[in-house]
Amino acid sequence: MISAISPSGDRAITVEFENEINEEVNAEVYALQESLDYPGNGIVEMVPTFRSLLIFYDPQLTGYHRLTKLIRMNDPGRVSAANAKKKVLIVPCLYGGESGEDLAGLTRELQLSESEIIRLHSETTYRIYMMGFLPGFVYLGGLNKKIWAPRLKTPRTLIPEGSVGIGGNQTGVYPIGSPGGWRLIGRTPLKFYDPDRKNAILCKAGEYIKFQPVSEREYIKIRSDVEADTWKTEYSEA
Amino acid sequence: MEDRIFRSLTILRAGPMLTVQDRGRTGYMKYGIGESGVMDHKSYAEANRLVGNKDNEAVLEATLMGPKIQFESDCLIAVTGADMDAAIESAPIERGKAIKVYAGQTLIMGFAKKGCRAYIAVSGGIDVPVVMGSRSTNIKCHIGGYEGRALKDGDVLPIGNENYIAGEEEKLLAHHEAPEDYSEEIQVRVIMGPQDSRFTGNGIVSFLTETYTVSPQSDRMGIRLDGQKIESENGTDIISDGIVFGSVQITSDGDPIVLMADHQTTGGYAKIATVVYEDLHLLAQARPGCKVKFIRTDIKSFDSSRGLLNRLSHLFRGKGA
Repeated sequence: MISAISPSGDRAITVEFENEINEEVNAEVYALQESLDYPGNGIVEMVPTFRSLLIFYDPQLTGYHRLTKLIRMNDPGRVSAANAKKKVLIVPCLYGGESGEDLAGLTRELQLSESEIIRLHSETTYRIYMMGFLPGFVYLGGLNKKIWAPRLKTPRTLIPEGSVGIGGNQTGVYPIGSPGGWRLIGRTPLKFYDPDRKNAILCKAGEYIKFQPVSEREYIKIRSDVEADTWKTEYSEA
Repeated sequence: MEDRIFRSLTILRAGPMLTVQDRGRTGYMKYGIGESGVMDHKSYAEANRLVGNKDNEAVLEATLMGPKIQFESDCLIAVTGADMDAAIESAPIERGKAIKVYAGQTLIMGFAKKGCRAYIAVSGGIDVPVVMGSRSTNIKCHIGGYEGRALKDGDVLPIGNENYIAGEEEKLLAHHEAPEDYSEEIQVRVIMGPQDSRFTGNGIVSFLTETYTVSPQSDRMGIRLDGQKIESENGTDIISDGIVFGSVQITSDGDPIVLMADHQTTGGYAKIATVVYEDLHLLAQARPGCKVKFIRTDIKSFDSSRGLLNRLSHLFRGKGA
């Protein structure tokens, strides 16, 4: 249910829903986005996030007053996320060792073995709540509480592309080399962002991700297919 | 068949921050790819107009210090925005005026005396490849402009073919726009929201009455401001949401940052207000030390759909409905 509609300047509108992070609220955001995604209404671009939708418009074609009415008419109300079909992207991940240099240290902190952490991390189907921060960076929800781990006190100056990490109650993948404070547990051979690829961004918000542990040999094979652009991304439905 | 003539220019000295920019990138923010584009849309539009370009051609944007450029082909150029003592060889040229330059000639610019960012338009535009609908450089995403990066000494940039028809050149050369005279004290209009309710009455009063100073840490991502801290109800952390060019974010320390062309697409600080589009160029040209005051305005005064509605309802009332 929409909780507030406010201007973000004279060319955009912020629509806010319930102030919480969960699948139902997030599904409302995408339901509203979908209902407004048609040409001719003056909307230029939309940015869905956890619990809000930012709508850019062309002030020559429409305005705050008219769009507000359109948004109210399309209020999705309560959306049930339970029945929706999930599109799940399978993300191969080489856990531990040099690819996930914080995994060994986390075993003491979390009182869990490496294989237990890997199992807990790879058994969950994570929802992509939103994208932002870096090109192709996914904000995933649903990390098992047993493997929540605080960020590093001093962030690393360069985390390599493809690194899979845990930061507090979140997990995700670094789409490009970047400074960051997440605890690194593995690396995926997939490229979440590749400006030279036809679809520069690998996945879409509203979809799901599941990590699949792979061996070093499998990692190298997949990576070379990815480099050659012959890798076919795998999806499952849940 | 005649060989296509390759028109180009060479960057002899790039200076601290020289990039290729156009109107910006639309449609990729939902993937975390920001809009980029010029900081000062007003000077940008003027520069393209002066050399007879289409309104979305790519130009060069220089920050605080201008470049040294050698033109390898004859073309019209125009310099707008900040005053950086532009000269062709040793002859000073005026801002806001098209100038004919010949192959081999050099444009030399220095430190900004007034304003912060200068725009150099070339007839035909800077013809780098279009990436995701735009030629703008997005340094963070390594796309657009020249190899997705700021320009370096020695880079050679292609120039497109002129759009204007023969005979139009004289008319373009005769035109002159009054150059901007940038003030060290500016007022920018803001529309409150979307998260102004996160701030105390005192916080809102500080924001709308105090004078803020542009910090030297400002860049294409954001104009950072020093001054009276802005008090919030319960901190300024929010569940991350979308950001626009002009959003006024308040950090946990209570300092305002106006997010500019290279802003992150999403962020976790509350946004007290948004600078209106027409006034963003003032901030784009604000140098470190410039004084800024925020003036409250209302979305109604910018809403054409409301205007249309009012006119229609007026019409109906006039008919005695």
